[in-house]
Amino acid sequence: MNAAQIVLPALGPALPELILSVGVLVLILYGAFRGERSAEGVNVGALILLVVALFAVMSQSGAKVTTLNGSFIVDNFSKVMKALILLGSAATILLSRDYFQRERIDRFEFPILLILCTIGMMVMASANDLIALYLGLELQSLAAYVIAAFHRDNLKSTEAGLKYFVLGALSSGMLLYGASLVYGFTGTVSFPGIVAALDGTAGFGIVLGIVFVAAGVAFKLAAVPFHMWTPDVYEGSPTPVTAFFASAPKMAAMAMTVRLFIGAFPDVTAIWQQIIVFVAIASMALGSFAAIGQRSLKRLMAYSSIGNVGYALVGLAAGSQEGISGVVVYMIIYLAMTLGAFAVLLSLRRGGRMFESVDDLAGLSRTHPVMAFCLAAMMFSLAGIPPLAGFFAKYYVFLAAIKSGLVALAIIGVVTSVVGAFYYLRLVKVMYFDEPVAAYEPMPPGARIVLALASLVVVLLGIVPGPIVGAAGAAAKSLF
Amino acid sequence: MLGLGILSGLLIVPLCGAAFILTLGEETEAAKRNARWAALITTLATFLLSLVAWGRYDATTANFQLVETHAWLSEATRFKLGVDGFSMPLILLTTFLMPFCIGASWLSVNVRVKEYFVAFLVLETTMIGVFCALDLVLFYLFFEAGLIPMFLIIGIWGGKRRIYASFKFFLYTLLGSVLMLLAIMAMYWHAGTTDIPTLLHTRFPVELQTWLWLAFFASFAVKMPMWPVHTWLPDAHVEAPTAGSVILAGILLKMGGYGFIRISLPMFPDASHAFAPMVFALSVIAIIFTSLIALMQSDIKKLIAYSSVAHMGFVTLGLFTMNEQGIQGALFLMISHGIVSGALFLCVGVVYDRMHTREIAAYGGLVKRMPLYAAAMMVFTMANVGLPGTSGFVGEFLAMMGAFRANPTVAFFSVFGIILSAGYALWLYARVIYGKLEKPNLQGILDLDLREKIIIAPLVALTIYYGVHPAPVLDTFAPSTDALMQSMRTALSNTQTAAATLPPASR
Repeated sequence: MNAAQIVLPALGPALPELILSVGVLVLILYGAFRGERSAEGVNVGALILLVVALFAVMSQSGAKVTTLNGSFIVDNFSKVMKALILLGSAATILLSRDYFQRERIDRFEFPILLILCTIGMMVMASANDLIALYLGLELQSLAAYVIAAFHRDNLKSTEAGLKYFVLGALSSGMLLYGASLVYGFTGTVSFPGIVAALDGTAGFGIVLGIVFVAAGVAFKLAAVPFHMWTPDVYEGSPTPVTAFFASAPKMAAMAMTVRLFIGAFPDVTAIWQQIIVFVAIASMALGSFAAIGQRSLKRLMAYSSIGNVGYALVGLAAGSQEGISGVVVYMIIYLAMTLGAFAVLLSLRRGGRMFESVDDLAGLSRTHPVMAFCLAAMMFSLAGIPPLAGFFAKYYVFLAAIKSGLVALAIIGVVTSVVGAFYYLRLVKVMYFDEPVAAYEPMPPGARIVLALASLVVVLLGIVPGPIVGAAGAAAKSLF
Repeated sequence: MLGLGILSGLLIVPLCGAAFILTLGEETEAAKRNARWAALITTLATFLLSLVAWGRYDATTANFQLVETHAWLSEATRFKLGVDGFSMPLILLTTFLMPFCIGASWLSVNVRVKEYFVAFLVLETTMIGVFCALDLVLFYLFFEAGLIPMFLIIGIWGGKRRIYASFKFFLYTLLGSVLMLLAIMAMYWHAGTTDIPTLLHTRFPVELQTWLWLAFFASFAVKMPMWPVHTWLPDAHVEAPTAGSVILAGILLKMGGYGFIRISLPMFPDASHAFAPMVFALSVIAIIFTSLIALMQSDIKKLIAYSSVAHMGFVTLGLFTMNEQGIQGALFLMISHGIVSGALFLCVGVVYDRMHTREIAAYGGLVKRMPLYAAAMMVFTMANVGLPGTSGFVGEFLAMMGAFRANPTVAFFSVFGIILSAGYALWLYARVIYGKLEKPNLQGILDLDLREKIIIAPLVALTIYYGVHPAPVLDTFAPSTDALMQSMRTALSNTQTAAATLPPASR
């Protein structure tokens, strides 16, 4: 074809990552030379980079291609997950602008760290061996630790960053230990190699390895019992960062988890299935019950994200193509719901102060009817009430679970979803049934865009589910 | 246009009305008036459209008619709509009752008028959707989607304990329904489709039928509501605004019965047969127990709510007799109860708007000041009791007759329900309407105004008309009932165990 591809044939599939990597270096230079005044330009530049990378991802054919000695894989699955990651990151930039300016922490490092984090996440989605996986994971995590503490003069934010770092390092260690066990017992780190070496059987060493790896990924997913960091980090981080943590890194962690279990251990499903089933049940239950008492919206969203990961894992537990398809649908819809909810959360500002408690939503339907309507749609959707998108998310994962005979898991799942519905409804109740206090300032433009797009997905998906369900189906197919 | 049929039209028209009302500006008097008129015109248009559908409907066959399908989730789960003898009358009932609800809310709802009518119109779409969905996932979608507007209607415009009532209503119904969703999925993996006409001819293994039946029962029993899961209903009724109660009693309670006749009975005949004694027992308990509770109520709405539970007991009783009389009676009772209980709630609304209390003790001697009201209330009370000549009689009589054929003991006990219903209904009437007009604040109460007359007169006429001439409704149900009986008989006689206990083919 053209000359560039002939010179660097092996890097073609990694084009989106390369665009981001080169672009972020340019942005660093620009920022370093212009200093503090460059924040505006770097933000715009980062947004453009993400959009260009998104186009690069979407223009990939979706056929399965491996490169860099088989450690980097591009297929329909990575394509969809990367698109989600990029959308999550781009939305974060849109949401963060206004907030950081008003909080006077508007530094150019934030978009740069965000893009570095994004590159790590994209590598996670494309990792086809344990080394690449760890590489992507660490790049993502290190950048994430820093942005958690981005509000460096704020005690809670620095505490969040530190907590995240210590626990994250611990979990990385566990994952690495598990990976080394897997390597030791199979003699290879590549996923197809592991499949061949295991040949459908797994000894004690492999089981131990899988358990440690599962613990590591559960931490990254914020799944029970490795969720403890989530509420504190979500609450302490600046709100746009919380929105980010709840969106893009979840996509990456789920992509990594799916790729790992389906790519490397497809023939020993029985071993990891019970782990995933347990983690899913525990996450769904904790996410539902623990959120009931929360007054802080950020902590509430933290527990909500824990619960949602549990539901998505139900699809993985099924271990089938339908299940993975369900996971992908779930993640797409979860991304829209979470970003939409945070767009509202970031708009609760009055007199230079942010409001973050459930009661601060009181009477929102009177003061800001459109915003309240959108948030109510998000909440009903998170509760899984049709015809909103969240229903279809749950529908597909439970459909797969029923097919795989995980009836008990499905029953526990739907019952916890009713419990969860209680606290989502409470938000609707506060917005619609309670009396308003005072109006907030008008929504920032970035939040407006994000909320409008998210609401469109959440409300209209029930009428035209075709594109999303089709994309998820293609993504799942490429893994089997 | 876009290949949409008349049933999609029924779903879309209320949504268009809702969208239009949303575009109306700030809450000024003019905007309120426009919202009211827009809602009324929309519901009337929907009613007219449903009459057109009725005109195109051929009531002599049991086939699904006016069928339309559109691409949706997958090839196996399509957006499929259609009606048959069971669903057509219920759709007409829905579209018929809606304008009354709008009319009843004309003056009594004065805050957030726009949102109120939007919620009602969206609710109408979901209710029509439940009755014309020919796909299980679509059925579930509409079945659940109705919770959202109803939750808001109770929670925003309801009475003092509205928040408790709205949460209880929502979570109770949701918990029942999620199990149905899992059952739908199991059926999908067994049959490879969620298409209702196909599933009607699918034989599920007896073991699987049992579980599926129980899962659907969990949902329909709560929605119905059957004893002992009826406790959400009195709370919801008492707190809901008048029109909300009308819809709740008139339409939402019929969804459970419709679910039984559309899904449980034809798709799981063996399980239905096996569980029939349990349903009988629950129905009889509901009839007697809730009638006794109704006797003790001091709140008019609560009394009618409990009487609704008792009447729904007759419906489940009739449905599970699995003979023509029982099923026809149950179906007729659903229609009749929709009109009569809706009308009773409207009547309660009339005095509530004037006095702002629903305590029975606060009234008495209304006949002196409100003769027209007393007359209308009399008709509906008699229909509620099941007096011959009113629509209430036909359904209860047929259901009892079916019950007697299926199980005379059950019929014997359920008769007490009728006696008790006469007790509580007449006692209510006596305490509210008769007696001396002693309360000072009742001295100035006015009789029905023009708007109320327009709302109540058609309901009175219909109650009496269907009482003396029930044939139009019964004839619409008949072909579908016959087809159902036919398919259940074949199914049951194929099952060896059932063969021995099966009653001989009816006359």
